[in-house]
Amino acid sequence: MLLSRVADAIYWLSRYLERAVHTARVVDVAVDHGLGRPSATDESAIEIYRRLMLPPDTGPAVSLADGALFDTANRNSVAACVIAARENARQVRDEISSEMWEQINALYLEIGNMRDDVLSSGRTNYVTRSITEGVHLFEGITNATMGHGEGWQYQQAGRFLERAVGTATLLDAFFTKEAGPAAIRPLDQADWVSLLRSCCALESYCRRYTADVRPERVTEFLLLNAEFPRSIRFSATRLEGAVAALARYGGRSDGTRAERLSGRLRASLDYAQVDEVLSEGPHAYLSGVGRQCMQIHTALYQTYISYPIESALSA
Amino acid sequence: MAIAYDTGAMPASMGSLFSQYDLDGVFDEMFEGVGRPRPHYHALLEELASVTPEELQRRQLDADRAFLTQGITFTVYGDEQGTERIFPFDLLPRILTAGEWTTLERGLAQRLTAINLFLKDIYNEGRILAEGVVPRELVFSCRHYRREMRGVKVHRDAYVSVAGTDLVRLEDGRFVVLEDNLRVPSGVSYMLANREVTKRVFPGLFSRYNVRPIAHYGQGLLATLRAIAPPTCPDPTIVVLTPGVGNSAYFEHAFLAREMGLPLVEGRDLLVHDTIVYMRTTSGLRRVDVIYRRVDDDFLDPLAFRADSHLGVAGLLNAFRSGHVAIANAIGTGVADDKAIYAYVPAMIRFYLSEEPVLENVQTYLLSNPADRSHVLEHLDTMVVKAVGESGGYGMLVGPHSTRAEREDFRSRIVADPRNFIAQPTLALSRAACFLQEGIEARHVDLRPYVLYGERAMVVPGGLTRVALRKGSLVVNSSQGGGSKDTWVLLD
Repeated sequence: MLLSRVADAIYWLSRYLERAVHTARVVDVAVDHGLGRPSATDESAIEIYRRLMLPPDTGPAVSLADGALFDTANRNSVAACVIAARENARQVRDEISSEMWEQINALYLEIGNMRDDVLSSGRTNYVTRSITEGVHLFEGITNATMGHGEGWQYQQAGRFLERAVGTATLLDAFFTKEAGPAAIRPLDQADWVSLLRSCCALESYCRRYTADVRPERVTEFLLLNAEFPRSIRFSATRLEGAVAALARYGGRSDGTRAERLSGRLRASLDYAQVDEVLSEGPHAYLSGVGRQCMQIHTALYQTYISYPIESALSA
Repeated sequence: MAIAYDTGAMPASMGSLFSQYDLDGVFDEMFEGVGRPRPHYHALLEELASVTPEELQRRQLDADRAFLTQGITFTVYGDEQGTERIFPFDLLPRILTAGEWTTLERGLAQRLTAINLFLKDIYNEGRILAEGVVPRELVFSCRHYRREMRGVKVHRDAYVSVAGTDLVRLEDGRFVVLEDNLRVPSGVSYMLANREVTKRVFPGLFSRYNVRPIAHYGQGLLATLRAIAPPTCPDPTIVVLTPGVGNSAYFEHAFLAREMGLPLVEGRDLLVHDTIVYMRTTSGLRRVDVIYRRVDDDFLDPLAFRADSHLGVAGLLNAFRSGHVAIANAIGTGVADDKAIYAYVPAMIRFYLSEEPVLENVQTYLLSNPADRSHVLEHLDTMVVKAVGESGGYGMLVGPHSTRAEREDFRSRIVADPRNFIAQPTLALSRAACFLQEGIEARHVDLRPYVLYGERAMVVPGGLTRVALRKGSLVVNSSQGGGSKDTWVLLD
């Protein structure tokens, strides 16, 4: 038994932290992409800025990083996400472990101190690394110190739903809206390498495919790999598991809408083929993943969190 | 200025540590006289002599960091930036002997028992009013009197289940009651956190003292809440109701919920249907039997009290009146901690219990009384004036530390609404040794022990010692530059 408001806060706590890491990854890709060029005004850079909700003429790496990392008016910035995550954690201090609270509080205090350092030294890489490390640490602490009960399943659902959406969005930036050969943007191999690196996926990729980095293989790896924890398929599998557990805890044995939606998403990824995805239009496929995730979110809320009182009283 | 410590008897570092220690006039918790520490402080002083001032400084930093990383903070109202602050913590424990504690324990239990009888009386037959022991108009003019509570049956007559009584120690070493906090007293989490941190800072010292534990407070509170549950509930569902993260004591609400293993709910998590209270959970609605509320009466039910409140639950008052839910503390207890009613607590003890009060009150002038009023208005510069319904050190004039303009302001407010104010002589609060930047100095302290009342009154052996950290200041409230320290009650 969990208060609906508490379930909501735990779910968003982990979604916001996952989003903070995602933004940090996008900054890494963008900074890497811009570093070797005189000006980052080509289409893919513009696309990356658009995804960070920044104006395309933001200019040099440092101000890009400032906007994406520290600007709290941009609600996807790392700082805004960490503040929002901490606010949610504060609401459920009694439900999460003290160790989890201390870690998220430390991350929050650290970000406050980092901005001046980055603006003077330009070392955005140092920040994105600290954020990624800090959130990984939080994930580990959560798994090690919080009972793997209903609350934990809400944070699993939040994390993997956000991760599936995040990886899909990041990968989508490397494709045009076309289908077939025109789908893949004309980018350097280095850009695909920086994509893998920002997902902490380069080493795993190399073990699977060797260091021969090709767009279709990167796509297959980040979309369909069953074992890599940031792949969309892996995330969908975990999301399905969490959604099924939430139905058990919530006493629903009749098959919820969220269970059907998350099962369908997982199954479609289990049986997808990368060549078909590319030939039929990767942008359509990836935005479909995002849309299905939003439907799962809405279904979870309608069942467990913002259900109408009349139906609950008559039950 | 007298130097407290005989520098000959201890290492030189001790002498310089105590070089600013002031022993003038008031009761000192640590020293009987110059160079003569009280016996129960000997072991602490020996421990201090064995560490360098730098080491003490380091332990202070460790302690402060422990509070910050655990997020043990409070919110200062009216402060735009830096809304969360740690409550300054002083390293050195304040020590009370077993004998001192026995008197306090008896006195506090006696007082709360009488107060609960008083609340039952005034909301039912009103004997004490009929017999003229407490003036009727004083009760009915009190802002916290709730006529909605007339004739409501409160299980076990536990109107006040949790009290945090403020005591101060006078020149002669006697403890007297400064005020009763009977609505939603806070600070108990600091009492518990201070003990945990002091254990880390002085690990060896606990083996030299026989300190009574306080860590069972959570269990005691839970047992109290179970005891007041409606008699029809053998296994009650209990929740802690908080106004939310914006409240200055939110940390404490979450802390207590965790200690007791209870859900921490906000008003928006609850709803009332057919005078039954439910909470909204992921497995549907669940009935609630007992609410430990940390929301003031005014905000508890927008249908009954302030309609603009978003913190409460519509219909909660009627659910309470129907006996379907217990609320701790009950609604309307604020009438008994009105600072003018406070003056009559010794009379209540005599009236209901036929006993003499173990703990005395501070002499209190009721400004609605013309003779008292003219006396106080002539001596504003030596008195402390307080608004009767306020707490937290707000709405208060400390005469000797006030400016002429402040006194004139209070004078006109008193004349405009005399019932709203009381005055007390400025007390020489006792002083305790505190570790400050420059060394160890004496600062004024009070004591807030916590009293629980379920089946009967129970006092947790300890309390929150609050410190006025500014030199010479008498105001110990956290919102006004106060700090706190651990409070030890010895077994023998």
